[in-house]
Amino acid sequence: MLFKTRTFDEAANVLTITDLTVRLAGNPAAKPILDGISLQIREGETVCLVGESGSGKSVTSLAVMGLLPKGALEVAGGRIDLEGRNLLEFSPQAMRDMRASKISMIFQEPMTALNPVMRVGAQIEEVLDTHAKLPAREKKARVLDIMNQVHLPDVERIYRSYPHQLSGGQRQRIMIAMALILEPKLLIADEPTTALDVTTQQQILSLIAELQEKHGTAVLFITHDMGVVAEIADTVHVMQLGKLVEHAPVEELLRRPREDYTRRLLKSVPSLTPRAARPVPEGAPVISVDGLQKIYGSHGVFRKTKETLAASEVSFAIPKGRTLGIVGESGSGKSTVARCVMRLIDPTDGSIRVAEKEIAKLSRRELRPFRRHIQIVFQDPFRSLNPRWTVGRSLIEGPLNLGTDKDAAMARARELMKLVGLPDDAVDRYPHQFSGGQRQRIAIARAIAMEPDVLVADEAVSALDVSVQAQVLELLDELQAKLGIAILFITHDLRVAAQICDEVVVMQHGRVVEHDAAEKVLADPKHPYTRALIEAAPGRAWDFANFRELRTA
Amino acid sequence: MLGYILRRILAVIPVMIIVAVFVFLLLRLTPGDPAAIIAGDMATPAQLERIRTSLGLSEPLHIQFVTWVGLLLQGDLGTSLISNTPVTTMIGQRIWPTINIAVMTILLSVAIAVPMGVLAAWRHRTWADYAVMSFSVLGFSIPVFVIGYIFIQVFSIELRWLPVQGYAAPSDDFGRFLARAILPCLTLATIYVALIARMTRASMLEVLGEDYIRTARAKGVAERIVLFRHALRNAAVPIMTIIGTGFALLIGGVVVTESVFNIPGIGRLTVDAILARDYPVIQAMILLTSGLYVFINLLIDLSYTLFDPRIRY
Repeated sequence: MLFKTRTFDEAANVLTITDLTVRLAGNPAAKPILDGISLQIREGETVCLVGESGSGKSVTSLAVMGLLPKGALEVAGGRIDLEGRNLLEFSPQAMRDMRASKISMIFQEPMTALNPVMRVGAQIEEVLDTHAKLPAREKKARVLDIMNQVHLPDVERIYRSYPHQLSGGQRQRIMIAMALILEPKLLIADEPTTALDVTTQQQILSLIAELQEKHGTAVLFITHDMGVVAEIADTVHVMQLGKLVEHAPVEELLRRPREDYTRRLLKSVPSLTPRAARPVPEGAPVISVDGLQKIYGSHGVFRKTKETLAASEVSFAIPKGRTLGIVGESGSGKSTVARCVMRLIDPTDGSIRVAEKEIAKLSRRELRPFRRHIQIVFQDPFRSLNPRWTVGRSLIEGPLNLGTDKDAAMARARELMKLVGLPDDAVDRYPHQFSGGQRQRIAIARAIAMEPDVLVADEAVSALDVSVQAQVLELLDELQAKLGIAILFITHDLRVAAQICDEVVVMQHGRVVEHDAAEKVLADPKHPYTRALIEAAPGRAWDFANFRELRTA
Repeated sequence: MLGYILRRILAVIPVMIIVAVFVFLLLRLTPGDPAAIIAGDMATPAQLERIRTSLGLSEPLHIQFVTWVGLLLQGDLGTSLISNTPVTTMIGQRIWPTINIAVMTILLSVAIAVPMGVLAAWRHRTWADYAVMSFSVLGFSIPVFVIGYIFIQVFSIELRWLPVQGYAAPSDDFGRFLARAILPCLTLATIYVALIARMTRASMLEVLGEDYIRTARAKGVAERIVLFRHALRNAAVPIMTIIGTGFALLIGGVVVTESVFNIPGIGRLTVDAILARDYPVIQAMILLTSGLYVFINLLIDLSYTLFDPRIRY
């Protein structure tokens, strides 16, 4: 693993944060959100701020931008110096003048960070309109130039496009173009690649590095992904609950973490080394899918729309107690397959056998008694539980539909809470009283309340912090050992797939490109796309949990 | 886009046919002799006979329908049973006051309500927001005629700035028209300002929480531009819907305001026709208002594409 080893002792300080404290507005008694943060970023340096959700990473960046939500958070003390001037003393107008000209920011969600009703060219131009008065022709030339610099293809066309006409990677390039057009001193990047596919992530990371090199920009990079940290950081600051716990040059931090919290964080990064294959159990598979196909848009009421092949010729089978992963980037068709298997959408062709029964063509009505055999856990634990229902009510809804007695179902719900590691009185509480990881446990309990043969997990750990992710994966493993369920695990994250899957199916453009035992797919990929995926995984040469290079056996 | 407009216009046809059938049957399916219903209790047999022939009531039902639709397609809506003038002429005389008042009311309401709503959302949970919301509640709760009489009392009787009642066509004398239209428009606008301001506030509040608003602020864009260029256009679709529906309601006639200010609009025409059982006029009014509703809805839908490029038909 090659870390960045440049020293910045000679370089000038761009940003110095001293003892920054941020509190809930109007509530001086509450625990501060940021508690005495101090850090500095020098010219050309990339500082990574890492930590789990709620650690205060984003609040730090918004405080620097002067964009803390008004009336909710306020700076209670400290200094933020940019090139020797304290930003906290700036008037609102002076602060507006700094933004995009001296400090720029790019955000996590390229899908929502651009105004959907303005052409992207106009959105970049707005930066120039705000901070520099230029004649129209020169303005457009500058915009096209920065669009070329961020390597957008066909810039004249994209200049006139609306955000929804561009891919996620292209939109993030537009954001970067917007942020860097005035060559600011400091670029704050708040999880800029988290919502992107690995291959796109790799391109965006190298683009940021390239432009940073070219313009000498200092970068404050916020991320929760240790792989990304290993790839791009010069210096790393670790945050926990509003405090900085440790900072060090990247290699130092990954090799010799001093603090317990840092060690724990690194230890929970899932390894890319696949789990040892478990013996194949006897007996027929509990779910088998054969030649599954889903085509969208073949029927319009007034006109024929263009057909989209979302999934084609997908076949696999999972025996009792085993886990099969479907891996692929967005648009690969992996979620389409999960939804077809669940019959949440109807496949256009192919067969799905669950519990020895062909369900692909059953009507909604005929399907009802078979729903219990196959259950799903969704990605977002914050939106997949009804916020106005108690956890217990969500848990017993399925069993009640199947005719279980209410008291018996409730008693079982309490047992399930204990099974997934929550107190049994959790059934009387509401979803908002739980953390993300706890809610995902509830979602899993809800699924297994039906005693299914197959559990579909659609990106079920993707929204969780790594330490929580590790716990949920462990829970799934335990439940599988206890109950013998087969798991269909949909993920874009190769590290997660390596941790939990016996077999892996790799999908691209709706087709299966590779299907084999997890260890074979991950250690010896045959298809170029699989290889590209693995190569794009950031920090793949580093064994985070053991603080050393990855040793190939 | 053009194909969409054509399809939408074609889709109007079945709607209008259903309305036409309903309007036609309105009179014919009422129990008893329609002629007797129209003429009232004091009618002579000769009067009844005259009504029967003028409405073609002695023919079989389907023949009557075909004749009626045939005349309708030629623009012949029949003749008023009371004044004996063609219904089209009557509507032609009365519709302009209504349209003029409606257009002015809507322009006035939008000009006041949208900035109010934007302000309330921008200054969410401050006195400005509470002031706008309180005004909204008041605007909803005070009956229109009360507002009308208060305005007349204050501006016409006490201050003597404006005439009490009446109407003048803008084409004849725009000053006279304006002087007489201001109070009814303000009266009507109260409820529309309340409605549109509320909708603008709600829609803006949602949009102001979006990521791209944060992006705009991170660019150093002034708040005014953040609000009006970035947020308002994204918030426009629900606001447009309310404005459009409001306009359709105004065109449908506003009886109370027309009565208070003595404006010869179609609201009063309709009420007079109902009281006098002037069926041809009632039928024409139903057809006209439903046609207008359908047309205005089409315009609303098309306006969405102006605000949001993601909406393509």
